[in-house]
Amino acid sequence: MTKTISGGNRGKTQREPIANSQLLFFIAVAIFVLLYVAAIIAFGDKGFLKPQTLLTMFNENAALIIVACALTIVMITGGIDISVGAVIALVSIACAKYLQNGGEIWVSILMALGIGLAFGVFQGFLISYLKIQPFIITLAGMFLARGLVTVVSKEGISLTSEAAPAFIRLKDFRISIDALGSTDIKGLTKKVVFTPGTLEVTVIVALIILLAVALMLKKTRLGRHFYAVGGNQQSALMLGCNVQRVRFHAYIISGLLAGIAGYVNLMHKGAGNPTMAAGMEMDAIASSIIGGTMLSGGVGNVFGTLFGVLNLSTIKNIVQVSGISNGGKEWWQNITTGGMLCIFIVMQSIILFVRGKSGRKKAGNKPAKN
Amino acid sequence: MENEVLLRMTGICKQFPGVKALQNVEFTLRRGEIHALMGENGAGKSTLIKVLTGVYPKDAGKIILDGKEIAIHSPSQAQNQGISTVYQEITLCPNLTVAENIYIGRDKTAIVPWKKFNHDADELLKSLSIPARAKQLLGSCSLAVQQMVAIARAVDMQCKVLILDEPTSSLDDHEVEMLFSLMRRLKQEGVGIIFVTHFLDQVYAVSDRITVLRNGELVGEYKTENLPMLDLVSKMMGKELENLSNISVGHDKRATVERPAFYQAEDLASKETNPFSFHADEGEVTGFTGLLGSGRSECVRAIFGADKVSGGKVRVHGKSVKITRPKQAMKNGIGYLPEDRKRDGIIADLSVRDNIILASQVMQGFFKPYSRAEAEAFADEYIKALQIKTASQDTPVGSLSGGNQQKVILARWLLTHPQYLILDEPTRGIDIGTKTEIQRLVLKLAEEGMTVTFISSEIEEMLRTCSRLIVMRDKHVVGELTGEQLNQSEIMRTIAGGEEQ
Repeated sequence: MTKTISGGNRGKTQREPIANSQLLFFIAVAIFVLLYVAAIIAFGDKGFLKPQTLLTMFNENAALIIVACALTIVMITGGIDISVGAVIALVSIACAKYLQNGGEIWVSILMALGIGLAFGVFQGFLISYLKIQPFIITLAGMFLARGLVTVVSKEGISLTSEAAPAFIRLKDFRISIDALGSTDIKGLTKKVVFTPGTLEVTVIVALIILLAVALMLKKTRLGRHFYAVGGNQQSALMLGCNVQRVRFHAYIISGLLAGIAGYVNLMHKGAGNPTMAAGMEMDAIASSIIGGTMLSGGVGNVFGTLFGVLNLSTIKNIVQVSGISNGGKEWWQNITTGGMLCIFIVMQSIILFVRGKSGRKKAGNKPAKN
Repeated sequence: MENEVLLRMTGICKQFPGVKALQNVEFTLRRGEIHALMGENGAGKSTLIKVLTGVYPKDAGKIILDGKEIAIHSPSQAQNQGISTVYQEITLCPNLTVAENIYIGRDKTAIVPWKKFNHDADELLKSLSIPARAKQLLGSCSLAVQQMVAIARAVDMQCKVLILDEPTSSLDDHEVEMLFSLMRRLKQEGVGIIFVTHFLDQVYAVSDRITVLRNGELVGEYKTENLPMLDLVSKMMGKELENLSNISVGHDKRATVERPAFYQAEDLASKETNPFSFHADEGEVTGFTGLLGSGRSECVRAIFGADKVSGGKVRVHGKSVKITRPKQAMKNGIGYLPEDRKRDGIIADLSVRDNIILASQVMQGFFKPYSRAEAEAFADEYIKALQIKTASQDTPVGSLSGGNQQKVILARWLLTHPQYLILDEPTRGIDIGTKTEIQRLVLKLAEEGMTVTFISSEIEEMLRTCSRLIVMRDKHVVGELTGEQLNQSEIMRTIAGGEEQ
């Protein structure tokens, strides 16, 4: 697509000024690069130089990437869904139980999708058609899902290769990438060992979903309607969007993605237990926000969200590697994450405030009357 | 082409509980004309527009578009019939691009054809000379351009009737001119434009015909060039000029004694008003008058610091002071009874007593609360003095009648013992008895030396109470009337801009 507006008012090539959402995305990327470079400089000897560290970050966070995409969609419409963490736990444990009892893989996948879809449809209906606050509904959904987890099993279920051989094979399947491998000098014999970089199947699933969601948001009518509804619900209605249906769809997609994330989570861990994915919805919200999605709706993209996940994960790694206050790592991780989130949101609003002001001036407009 | 009737509304009636909002109203719009719809507040302009766009169902009457009677039940149906509305507040999405805002909600394909959208939108914007680009975010355009994009959307939807509901309220002169040239352009293409505004100058600048409504009834349809501004004003207000000239004024024209000025403002300006100068003397009742939207409330809000003050010098008792917030105004002895008592005045769920002591308590500071006995004594005193009809002091104000609510707010301000009291529409929507009581009270307070500024939509009321009137039009002070000049025809002449002088 050419950037030239043929014979437009300005008559010459003109690039659109960078939009706020793009700016926030670039900030997220920049922060990731800075963090990672800082980590290499400070702890290069502890593995940050190895590409595998980056790959492991993807391996560890495939499920988070998927639910963060779900949250990004919901937040673009101006809503919130805090049930996803519990839905992941429910899907993981239900599928684990089924597989442990000799179930088929494809049935378990359908189960995962079904559970997610059920939560999405149920919550979405209440939120969009009965106009109940999304926070309340999904809070209820969260309790419901967590409760159902203990109904399914009070204890963790570890999948064994005897009970579910096919699933374990899938779980243990690794895609090795020689180009991202590294050499180590190991043992007393100082033998040089080459280990290729490895990726789990889950990462592929997550990246496919990320791309699909990105395309959906950018290219489809539904995707654009998400933005319209989040930007100004009243206007969207006047412009002919079916606001209720659009919001309904957002929650359905969110539920569905939570179901997939649950299955991915099980594939990564190989086990289900009642407390798993606790607080993952919060990580997902944080990732979306760091990636430039606005809680007020209408702005956001999933690539930013991906970098949000990577940022969180890098902080986690740095805290672990640095060994500050051994035994209390969780604290530091949370404190850093919290601090960063806070800085990020303050930065967002400062940028938007400054840009809003200068934008007005450029437009040669007197202050708007409210 | 010129005289071909495009839209005809006949015998339109609409009733709301207790109010006949529209009675047998006729409205005719021709192809390729800009038709201004005028009337004061409550005249039925917006009701008529809402009937036409399907927001309200009509009780009786016919709407004929292009010779066919049509039934409209919703705004989207109206749009499909070719009736589009552009509202004062922008009803587009600022976070989407200009092109998307033009096409969203109308495309049927699941995949957005971005290329086509951007190309078509640029063509459309170019053909209408709108200075915006398809790929630009709408939020980065000025308000005027956003409004024009909304019009472009309507044009692209093949609208035959375009309704512009107060489109110019937040635009500056240059932007208004841009909008007008777009309107003239559409007019040439045969679109019928209904233009609702309260800016008189703009009506004369752009419209071909004027329909005036008053109290839900049709006053008449006129060609703009045949209706001088003075006549328009009198038609909107419902006073024929002939009868006006010699209405004597109720109160004695108090001799203009030299009294010390209590309040003086020089070039005072807020976000909502143009700079104006004003002074109020001790014991004097002044008034701001003008049509709805002429900026009279905005002026007193600036005096009280209720809107953000952006410039000017203020002196109280000759001493230079800074009033940018209501509390500073209160400290300087100024009280303000706001125009919209439901929104800015009463706190409906609090008792009569709590509402009365509120302003006084703010003055004293919240850490030195009045004792129960003190509060009761105050409340008692004012309930008696103003004859507030309430079951008890503990009754929630929300359950009182409008007139009594107004008295409660009046009591609230009197309790702060202001030296200068501003009353903005204190008599709107209250019964005639209370109205006269309030008027009498205003005069009594002034006699006791209080400075009062009074605003009312009813000119008779202003004439009865005020000894000096500031006349406003389109957010500018256009005149100041005292003594013998205080009569209706003079006021209208001043509002209309000194025509026929």
